Amino acid sequence: MAILEVKGVNKRFGGLAALSDVNLSVQESTVHAIIGPNGAGKSTLLNCLVGKLMPDSGSVMFDNQSVLGRKPHEINQMGISRVFQTPEIFGDLTVLENIMIPCFARRDGAFRMHAFEQFANETELIDKSDAILSDVSMTDQRDAHAASLSRGDKRRLEMAMCLVQEPRLLLLDEPTAGMARADTNNTIDLLKEINGKRDITMVIIEHDMHVVFSLAERITVLAQGTPLVEDTPDNIKGNPKVQEAYLGESQN
Amino acid sequence: MDALLLQILNGLDKGSAYALIALGLTLIFGTLGVVNFAHGALFMIGAFCAVFIQGLLNLSYETIDETQKDFLGNPLKVKTPYLENWFGPETGGAIIDWAVPLAILFAIPVMIAVGVIMERGLIKHFYKRPHADQILVTFGLAIVLQEVIKYFYGANPIPTPAPSSLAGAFDFGVLFGFDPNAIIYPYWRMIYFVFAMSIIGAVFAFLQFTTFGMVVRAGMADRETVSMLGINIDKRFTMMFGIAAAVAGLAGVMYTPINPPNYHMGMDFLVLSFVVVVVGGMGSLPGAVLAGFLLGILESFASTTWATTTIPGINQVIIYVVAIIVLLTRPRGLMGRRGVMEE
Amino acid sequence: MLGLNNKDTSLFLVIIVLTILAPVLLNPFPTESTLAQFNAGYPDLMQKFVVFGIFAIGFNILFGLTGYLSFGHAAFLGVGSYSAVWIYKLFTYNVIPALILAVIVSGIFAVLIGYVSLRRSGIYFSILTLAFAQMSFALAYSVLSNPKFNLTNGETGLQIYANDLQLFHREGLPDFPHLFGLSMVSTYKLGVGPWEFQLNVAYYFCAIMMILAFYFAIRLFRSPFGMMLRAIKSNQQRLNYTGLNSRPYMLAAFVVSGMYAGLAGGLLAVTDPLAGAERMQWTASGEVVLMTILGGTGTLIGPVLGAGFIKYFENIFSKINDQVLHQWFTFLPDGIEDVLVAIVHPFIGKGWHLTLGILFMLVVIFLPGGLVEGGQRIARLLRRLSNRDKAADATNVSAE
Repeated sequence: MAILEVKGVNKRFGGLAALSDVNLSVQESTVHAIIGPNGAGKSTLLNCLVGKLMPDSGSVMFDNQSVLGRKPHEINQMGISRVFQTPEIFGDLTVLENIMIPCFARRDGAFRMHAFEQFANETELIDKSDAILSDVSMTDQRDAHAASLSRGDKRRLEMAMCLVQEPRLLLLDEPTAGMARADTNNTIDLLKEINGKRDITMVIIEHDMHVVFSLAERITVLAQGTPLVEDTPDNIKGNPKVQEAYLGESQN
Repeated sequence: MDALLLQILNGLDKGSAYALIALGLTLIFGTLGVVNFAHGALFMIGAFCAVFIQGLLNLSYETIDETQKDFLGNPLKVKTPYLENWFGPETGGAIIDWAVPLAILFAIPVMIAVGVIMERGLIKHFYKRPHADQILVTFGLAIVLQEVIKYFYGANPIPTPAPSSLAGAFDFGVLFGFDPNAIIYPYWRMIYFVFAMSIIGAVFAFLQFTTFGMVVRAGMADRETVSMLGINIDKRFTMMFGIAAAVAGLAGVMYTPINPPNYHMGMDFLVLSFVVVVVGGMGSLPGAVLAGFLLGILESFASTTWATTTIPGINQVIIYVVAIIVLLTRPRGLMGRRGVMEE
Repeated sequence: MLGLNNKDTSLFLVIIVLTILAPVLLNPFPTESTLAQFNAGYPDLMQKFVVFGIFAIGFNILFGLTGYLSFGHAAFLGVGSYSAVWIYKLFTYNVIPALILAVIVSGIFAVLIGYVSLRRSGIYFSILTLAFAQMSFALAYSVLSNPKFNLTNGETGLQIYANDLQLFHREGLPDFPHLFGLSMVSTYKLGVGPWEFQLNVAYYFCAIMMILAFYFAIRLFRSPFGMMLRAIKSNQQRLNYTGLNSRPYMLAAFVVSGMYAGLAGGLLAVTDPLAGAERMQWTASGEVVLMTILGGTGTLIGPVLGAGFIKYFENIFSKINDQVLHQWFTFLPDGIEDVLVAIVHPFIGKGWHLTLGILFMLVVIFLPGGLVEGGQRIARLLRRLSNRDKAADATNVSAE
């Protein structure tokens, strides 16, 4: 069943057509990669999915509900989490607090005035956070300031923040950008595990073909704002159109 | 009809002052990304340049005139300005009379220097600091400048008249076929408006047609890229700060005959100029000018007896009310660009 | 204790003890000594310490936690004062209803101003709050004091007149704000040897209010709500993408903060039953900002320290004049004495605002963390020095 259905989405910035007639269908529990050369409209598409941008026309349905016109927090409450290209975390807060915030969002909704309650009494949520921290092997840094983490750890923390919400759809914007090979492989393993164990659908935008072909079950190739092909990784590898639009370029 | 025209005219001079201050604020904000809470103080310093020049030209020596007696019967002490001694009473007197326009020549270098020193000495160190810190440090500076002026010139407004030949008023009404004395408009306010328009024009021309201005505009749009092109953007931005200071200062110099300057005039204008900038749209130069005149004229309309008897005190709050309405309906202001000072 | 962890409990206890003992602690110099002018233990000044302490604690909830810099918080202070005085005028001198109304009205005011101002963030927000405060000032100063509808009594300020309604005022109750008959002006003078300590009802009433305000602030700082506010300061975008709506959080913080200011304003009317528009001016807003950053933004104790520091020095500096200076420097040769007095002269007496402005700049430039950070730095330095001494001793010992 398609959990995410994008139909006929157009988005223009002034004279530039960033997205033209984009259709995309993501099946539940799969890992779906979106690739394409720079400026192909990958990030614009992602921003349309999370409420940062409003498409000029078209529809975006998540679980048969439209996400268009909703605020980012509402879309998140529907079950869509997002990992940013550069890790977006709460730098002034501790690692544990970073994880606790999505826990509260999951349990209490978009707003709750819990001004006179005590953080320490939320044992259930703290246990849940500790569990996820051990899953991403960050237990040691539990009380560290998030801003002091290494870039790789920030990335893992952000991932953990998304996972603790148990989203139904996880959007990842170049999750391995700027990572060393070893870190990249760790991330791939982590994502594989997430997809397998937790049954979370993932849409991943990625430049690194190693990552794409290790993870993706379906791949959509975007070029100049339109989807070129959508297929399995093996078929994409041999597709001459793709090689022309993308792989050919990267080999130069 | 004539009343309408009169109110528009009356709003022009205050509108000009708002527009000039808001223009400088926007320039600094657009180029350096700093909100300058000390900008009102620059306006005030400009005004006190005029006061200073007036005092300087009036420097006098005392002679004792034996032929005249004061009311105690002692010989009268007569003060003669040195200028009258040097150039004769006629020429000297004329120079003194023209103190305010002459102060422009003095104010330009002074204000540029003040602006450059401010930017290099203080504000430069705050580019990387949070906006709250920038606001706070310029706010502190505004207090200091204000108090320094208060220390030297006291708390009372200082009359600084326009040249006597320009002190009269012009009967606008006759020009348009209304009754004589229906629309009377002081010459000086007219001059102020023309002066403000020419400064605004000069700033826009400077930004539009010079290479310097082009680089500054490019820098306003995308600072990083421009500095990566190997252009020393910092130096130009420093100059921009000097220019913005000079614009505010000149607005102050010329405003003195309209309103005798006091040490807190800057803050009074600053708050309203901020509102002007917000209404015009943060980072938009034409927006700042447009909103300045618009709000000036609106304020003038709200000050008519008809308005103040209908809603008492409307003249005091009209600008804020308009600002609230604009922000609720057009959150980016009249001509604001997307992405300026958001997040 | 009371839902606080050990560290917070001890901080809270220290605050309680200090405020209770303040009339004694702040009067270290005997009444007759020349240093008595540095005493701060008289009711008028101590009331200011605690009232502005409350104001700054409240401001810190907004600025310290969320990073939103309000430049118009004095509006709520003024609104609180006006509301309290109106209760006096219409009903009773009892301070409890006056304070309740002050908090409620300033809360409503904060909802209105916050709703509009919080549509924008960063600099916009600061400018908007400043504009609103100036508007409130203009309203209070002239607009709302016309003969038809006199709410604020303009320039003179709102005060109580003999022909006011005072519906519930009874014979035998004090003609001054009181707590169920206990007049706020009553002061017990405690003489101990050459010292005289003044134990004032209004001070203790305000002090209890501050202790309560401080307690609630600790709880709020440590609560999940406080964490959300810090998260807004840290990364508002991430918060929104994490499924939380930052706007109601901000509005709640703004309103709580405004109600603190309203309480402080009401307490000003408790110590002195009048309200003036100048309380709402931008200088007053700037002052609370300064108190907070001077003490230490985002810390619990900082705003209280800052408020005390500023009010104390305002008082001292305003009192000093050239004569006092000459007295101080009398041990110096005449020439140097005159020069020194001339140098210091602009900063004292009426020049206090100049000192304040300079202090403001110095703190922002050199000590963004305020007195609390300064204290921490000194403590760290001392610790390092003592460690080095110990290390030096150790090497000495081993060398012997």
